[in-house]
Amino acid sequence: MSGVEETLNESVDVKEDKEFDVEADEHAGEDYFVDPTRYLFYRDRKEWADLEPVPQDDGPNPVVKIAYSEKFADVYDYFRALLKNDERSERAFALTADAIELNAANYTVWHYRRVLLQALSKDLREEMRYITAIIEEQPKNYQVWHHRRMVVEWLNDASEELEFIADILSQDAKNYHAWQHRQWVIQEYKLWDNELEFVESLLEDDVRNNSAWNQRHFVISHTTGFADAAIVEREIQYCLNQIRKAPHNESAWNYLKGMLQDRGLSSQPGLLERVLELKQTHCSPYLLAFLFDCYEDALENSNQKENAAEEEQKENLKRALEICELLAHEKDTIRKEYWLFLGRSLKNKFGSSGPSDEPPLEPSAPAPQPQEMS
Amino acid sequence: MTAQGTQVKDVIIKPDAPSALLLDKHADYIAAYGSKKDDYEYTLSEYLRMSGIYWGLTVMDLMGQLPRMNRQEIVDFIKACQHECGGISASIGHDPHLLYTLSAVQILCLYDSADALDVDKVVEYIKGLQQEDGSFAGDKWGEIDTRFSFCAVATLALLGKMDTINVDKAVEFVLSCMNFDGGFGCRPGSESHAGQIYCCTGFLSLTGQLHQINADLLGWWLCERQLPSGGLNGRPEKLPDVCYSWWVLASLKIIGRIHWIDKAKLRTFILACQDEETGGFADRPGDMVDPFHTLFGIAGLSLLGDEQIKPVNPVLCMPEDVLKRVDVQPDLLS
Repeated sequence: MSGVEETLNESVDVKEDKEFDVEADEHAGEDYFVDPTRYLFYRDRKEWADLEPVPQDDGPNPVVKIAYSEKFADVYDYFRALLKNDERSERAFALTADAIELNAANYTVWHYRRVLLQALSKDLREEMRYITAIIEEQPKNYQVWHHRRMVVEWLNDASEELEFIADILSQDAKNYHAWQHRQWVIQEYKLWDNELEFVESLLEDDVRNNSAWNQRHFVISHTTGFADAAIVEREIQYCLNQIRKAPHNESAWNYLKGMLQDRGLSSQPGLLERVLELKQTHCSPYLLAFLFDCYEDALENSNQKENAAEEEQKENLKRALEICELLAHEKDTIRKEYWLFLGRSLKNKFGSSGPSDEPPLEPSAPAPQPQEMS
Repeated sequence: MTAQGTQVKDVIIKPDAPSALLLDKHADYIAAYGSKKDDYEYTLSEYLRMSGIYWGLTVMDLMGQLPRMNRQEIVDFIKACQHECGGISASIGHDPHLLYTLSAVQILCLYDSADALDVDKVVEYIKGLQQEDGSFAGDKWGEIDTRFSFCAVATLALLGKMDTINVDKAVEFVLSCMNFDGGFGCRPGSESHAGQIYCCTGFLSLTGQLHQINADLLGWWLCERQLPSGGLNGRPEKLPDVCYSWWVLASLKIIGRIHWIDKAKLRTFILACQDEETGGFADRPGDMVDPFHTLFGIAGLSLLGDEQIKPVNPVLCMPEDVLKRVDVQPDLLS
């Protein structure tokens, strides 16, 4: 939904009117100006006299006096005129740059620019320079990144991409568009070789960068994969080291869990012990949640074994339930409902609470989820 | 609360932040918004006008104030925005796009006027955007995103024409975007993000595939979005934003886990995002308001059970009574 687009841009960028000072404009020096230091409205340019500008049609409600920036109105009146005539010319191409500068999120302008790029056989390398500059100014916008992708595709040349994206990420290491573009480039042009190194350098800068953790998963799953025990051990080691540096790190714990959950957290020998050790000095709600998952997984697995150690199972259940209580009532109270739910589910599935000496209930079917009314 | 005194990225709600729901102010704000043609922000957002109208009308309807908006002119405007290819643009003089096609159809449903469009052409347009791998492009320029998968099926569901696309393939693509943390991104491998998750859970609801979601895993990821201030962020280590009161909350509602967030704290946060002077909601307390955040603040409060607001459908972000009228009742997990 376009709503999500706004969210990703995080705030609709409204350019201040003060930028449009007609006395001193960045376009100074372009050769179709009479006086290179003055910005001329399109309506005053001789070479545009043949075109009838098309004023904005705002749809609902009669048009009232429009008092927004004169430069904006002028550029877009002429843009609309060009569009109406489907004019494919150099002057049209030049105007799209003005229109983009005023409103880089306007997708129709970008479409038109691409049509012109092709119709006029424009120099795509120059276009790469152009889009590079635009993205540097306005990096949180779907249109600019999609435009860049199209140019890269037309050129079939991704040689600048990784460095460019790295530069954008150095300004905002979580730019969602930048990361998607990076993933596309890497997959399309098979540029996997140095990506893990790149990810690590970003995590050195900010170990809580969720995008970088996601990228780590992306790279490994597409290269070595997670099947190799040595890789898994390496990744566990890496995660635990990062957690030692910054314990309250959702991403690291999500990554660890995500990597291991299919094969089962309790399948990894020694992992539980290492986490318990970490608990002494680097505890967090995430660590506790992970411990819970370990105990739960142990219960799931021992349930399937014939000679399950009953005592061990009881202990695991007890510890898991203690964690739920701790999180619900002390360590993560804002998610109380979730922790209580987990505790109940576990109890339903694996045992009875209370001092009874009866053997744990053998679930014959998965325990029903509580039917919560929201 | 923070663990071991670590800094958590969050906002602090000031004691004098608004704490009562100012419905009349919001209605006045939205009613006046469209008439401020000289407003620079309004002009700048022409490229998303259709969605802007949808946000405004929907929030007015949720507040019982839809009659204050100008129905006929809006319907005429939408007609003028349908292109030959069947797709609908954000405004006059703009190119057609799936995003604005959905917004237009949503608006027409509010007004019970879907026949204002050439429906067959709309369907043809959407069908033409489905790719071989089941994904949808947003328009002829080929950008692929799970947002567009949602737009496609939501539009078709509202028009009663879901069977015209390859639903199985569409599902296959969306499921390929499910990540190791249970969330979804815009394309396979993309980082999980609450907005994308909303689109994908909504999509899976509309296509009857909610059982494919790991509801406990995703539900946990979603309830982890709640920060000490009570507000919700969109992914780990980001600031809260009131629009996530929609993306996250609606997703939780769809997968039957809405009770996992602290409702009282979230309500406090949402109310703090109001502007007592101008009306409307901002992304976070003290910032500038806009119609987008106003809709999602109100819709979020509706999902939390505020009785002054009409019930809102979590899949389509439209009043439930409208969907009842068009007989579109997507599945939810319990």
